[in-house]
Amino acid sequence: MQADKWLQPRDNGLYCVAADCYIDPTAPVNRALITHGHADHAISGHHSVVATAPTIAIMRTRYGEDMAQTVEALDYGHTIELGDPDDPVSCTFYPAGHILGSAQILLSYRGTRVVISGDYKRQPDPTCPPFTAIDCDVFITEATFALPVFKHPPIEQECKKLLQSLALFPERCHLVGVYALGKCQRMILGLRALGYNQPIYLHGAQRRLCDLYEEHGIRLGQLIDVADVADKSELAGEIVLAPPSALSDRWSRSLPEVRKAMASGWMQIRARAHQRQVELPLIVSDHCDWQALLDTIDEVSPGEVWITHGREDALLHQLTTKGVKARALSLIGYDEDATD
Amino acid sequence: MEAFSQLLQQLYFTSSNNEKSRLLRHYLAHTADPDRGWAIAALAGTLKFEFFKRNAVKNLMLERVDPDLFAMSYDYVGEMSETVAHLWPDATTSIELPGLAELIDQFRQANREQVKALLLHYLSGITAEQRWSLLKLGTRGLRVGLSARSVKRILAEYGDVPVSEIETLWHALKPPYRELFDWLEGRAEKPDISGAVTFHPVMLSHPLPDDKATQLSVEDWLVEYKYDGIRVQLVITEQGKALYSRTGDDISESFPDVLAGIEEPGVIDGELLVINDGKIEYFNALQQRLNRKKPTKKLIAERPAGIVVYDLLTDNDEDITSLPLIKRRQRLEHWLSRASANHLLISPLLSVDSNAQLQQTYADAAEDAGVEGLMLKRKDSSYQPGRPSGQWYKWKREALHLDAVVMYAQRGHGKRSSFYSDFTFGVWQDDTLLPIGKAYSGFTDEELKKLDNWVRRNAMGRFGPVREVKKELVVEVAFDAIHPSTRHKSGVALRFPRFHRIRWDKPASEADTLANARALIIE
Repeated sequence: MQADKWLQPRDNGLYCVAADCYIDPTAPVNRALITHGHADHAISGHHSVVATAPTIAIMRTRYGEDMAQTVEALDYGHTIELGDPDDPVSCTFYPAGHILGSAQILLSYRGTRVVISGDYKRQPDPTCPPFTAIDCDVFITEATFALPVFKHPPIEQECKKLLQSLALFPERCHLVGVYALGKCQRMILGLRALGYNQPIYLHGAQRRLCDLYEEHGIRLGQLIDVADVADKSELAGEIVLAPPSALSDRWSRSLPEVRKAMASGWMQIRARAHQRQVELPLIVSDHCDWQALLDTIDEVSPGEVWITHGREDALLHQLTTKGVKARALSLIGYDEDATD
Repeated sequence: MEAFSQLLQQLYFTSSNNEKSRLLRHYLAHTADPDRGWAIAALAGTLKFEFFKRNAVKNLMLERVDPDLFAMSYDYVGEMSETVAHLWPDATTSIELPGLAELIDQFRQANREQVKALLLHYLSGITAEQRWSLLKLGTRGLRVGLSARSVKRILAEYGDVPVSEIETLWHALKPPYRELFDWLEGRAEKPDISGAVTFHPVMLSHPLPDDKATQLSVEDWLVEYKYDGIRVQLVITEQGKALYSRTGDDISESFPDVLAGIEEPGVIDGELLVINDGKIEYFNALQQRLNRKKPTKKLIAERPAGIVVYDLLTDNDEDITSLPLIKRRQRLEHWLSRASANHLLISPLLSVDSNAQLQQTYADAAEDAGVEGLMLKRKDSSYQPGRPSGQWYKWKREALHLDAVVMYAQRGHGKRSSFYSDFTFGVWQDDTLLPIGKAYSGFTDEELKKLDNWVRRNAMGRFGPVREVKKELVVEVAFDAIHPSTRHKSGVALRFPRFHRIRWDKPASEADTLANARALIIE
C-alpha cells in the first residue's frame, strides 16, 4: 500500500495511520516511536514510548522515571508488530550513527517499506554503532545541513585546533559550547583520542549525561565539575565544556580569561560564529554534511525520498535534478540550532 | 600569504582590541618586508586596486556549481567570498601560496585572461579558509573588525610612538611602508614628509549640547555659519597641489576649477560649494558636481565650484596647527590675500557679544536656507586631528541630527513592497554600533532605488525578513527629539526619525557616537 496512505505529516509530527502512533512527536500523544534522545525529538508526557534502551535511559535521566506511562525497549535489528494484529505494521530499529541510542525506524506495511532515519551521520562515532543502509521504498531524511557549502571536516582536525589554541593561549580558559547530549561526549572522546589526558571540566548541565554514557561503557576519562573547583583561576589553560547558552551568561564570568569556542556544524558559517561571539569555531556536527546526505541517498537508493526539516529546498532541487523522486514534508518543531 | 591568511582568520574571530593588537604586532614582528607592509595596506584600506571583480569570481564559481544551488547557498551564507570559499571543490593536490607581496605583484601584472587563470590556479589548490582570505583581499572587501584608525594605533604601539605621529605621516607614506617600519624599529629617522602633497587628518566638531549655548562665555568663541557643502582640504606645496575629501580621497580631477590659478603654498580647510560670482548656491547645485567624476566644461561653467575657507593648517611650509585658532585665522586671511582667488571666500565671523545675541544669530541662521546652522569654535583651539571634546561645536538648525550608520534593512509594504525601504541605523559605542532607531522616510523615489540597490549589494546576513548590511553607509538622520529609553539597548529613543541626507561620501567610522546622541537629550 502506498506509503502516503498510511504515513502522514500532522501538526504533532509524522503520524502512522495504520499503527495509530507518531514518530518523534512534538506534543504528548498516546503512542510514540522515538528515534533518539535529543530534546526536540524526545519529549516527556507520552502515554507509551518505544525506543532503544539507551534512548529510554536518556529520557529517564532528563525527565524522570515517569516520563511516560509505559515504555518498551527495542534493540537494533529486532522487530515488533504495531496496530491491528490481523493487519500489522512491523517496526524494526537500525543504528543511525547520530548519538548514543539513536535509531532509524523501519516501518513495513502491506509490502511497503519506509525508513525514518531520524537524525544521522556517516562520520565515525565511538559512542554508537554506525549508520546502516536499509533497503526501502521510501527513505525519510532530515536536511539540516543540506547546502553544498556545508562540509564537515574530520573531528580529529577540529580537536587539534582546540589543542593548538590551548598551547598558544596557555593562560586562557577554553570554554567550549557543546550540546549536552552527544556532542559533549564526542568532543571528550575526540580529545582523548589525540592523547589529551588532562581532566576535562564540566558545567553542571553536562554531568548527568556524561555519567549515563559512562554507565553504557563509554570511558570519558577524568571529568571534574567546575562547581567543585574552589579556585577558578586553576582553570587557566584548561578545557571547560558547557551548554552553548552558558557561553555568554554570568556563569562564565568566574572563569579566567575565557576563550570562547563552540563545537557545532553551524560554526562553518562565519556570521553564525560571530553572532555568538565565538573566537574559536570548531566545526563538529552529529549530522550529515551535503555530500554525506547525497551519498547516503545514493547508497540506500530508495524509490522515493521524503525530506522532514532543514534546508529542504536545496536537497529537493538536487534530488529532482538527478531524477530521484522526492517531496518535502516541512515538519515543524525540530530545533536544529540547539542540537548541533 | 599563508601567514597573512592565518592572521585574518584570527583577527576575524577575536573581539578584544588588546588581543587584536597582540596578534597584529606578533605578525609584524615575524614577517619580513615587504609582505608585512602590504598586509598593513590591506587591513587599513590603502591597497588601492582590485585583483579581480566579484563578478569574475561568481562566474568562475557558476562554471562549477548548479546555479540554483549557488543562489540558495549565497542566500543562506549571505556573503559572496564565503559562499565561494565553501562551495569551491576541494583541492586534490595542494599548492603553496607565494608571499603577500609576490601575490599582489602577480595579480597586478596580469591582464584580464591571466587574472582568471591565476585565480583558478590558486582557488583550486588552497584551503577554504585561504580561499576566503584571497577573495576578500582580492576584492578589497577585507573586514576583520579592524578599522584604519585601529591599525594606526597598533602601529604606534608596535613602534612605541604617539599615534598622532603615525596619523600625520600616514597619508604621505605608501605601501609597503618600508621607511615607516625602519623608523618604528629604530633603524632610521622618522620619514621626512615636508613638502609632500598629502592629506592631513582633519579636526571634527561635536553637535552642540542643548544647554550649552546659554552657558558658554561668548568672548571665548568664534562663531561662523555651518555651510551645507562638503568638507575638503586644499593642499598646495612647491611640489604640486591637490584637493582632498574629508576621507583623504584625492578629488582634484573632479574639481579642476577649484585648483586652477592658486599657487600660494598652504594647507587649507574649508567647505566645497558651488559659488557663482561670489554667491553660494544650495547643496543641490553641488550635488550635480559631486555626481561627476570628470565634469564637462559646460557643467563647470554652469556650476563653478569654490571653497568657503575657515582654517589654515600649513602656512607656506610652516605647520601652524599648534597655534590657537584666532592666530590661524589671521594667517588664513593673509594667505587668502596673497592667493587672490575669487572662488575662495573666507567664512565670515559673526559678531556675537552676548548669549542672547548668539541665540538670535542662531535663529537668523535657521531662517537662512543656505546654511545648516552655526559653527562655534574656541578661539584658543589648536588644530587637533580627530574629534577633541569641547573645542568645536556644530549647531544645526531646527531638527536634531545625527550621523548614523545603516545596520539593517527590511522591505517595505504597499508600493514599496519590493524595495528595501525600512532602515535600522546605529551609532558608535567604542568599536560597536548600537541601533538607535528606524526610519522609513525622508528620501526621494530616486534615492529609494539607490538605497535598495545598495542594500542588495551590501547585504550580509538574514534574520527572517530583515537583512543585515555592511556597516558602511552613513545617513544623516533628522528627528524632533531624543529621549532616554529602557526599551532599547542603546538607552535612547528618537522621536520621528527620518532621513535628512544620505552621506554616500562619509565613512562609517566618522558617524556619531552614543555619547553624541545622549548629549542631545534634554534633561
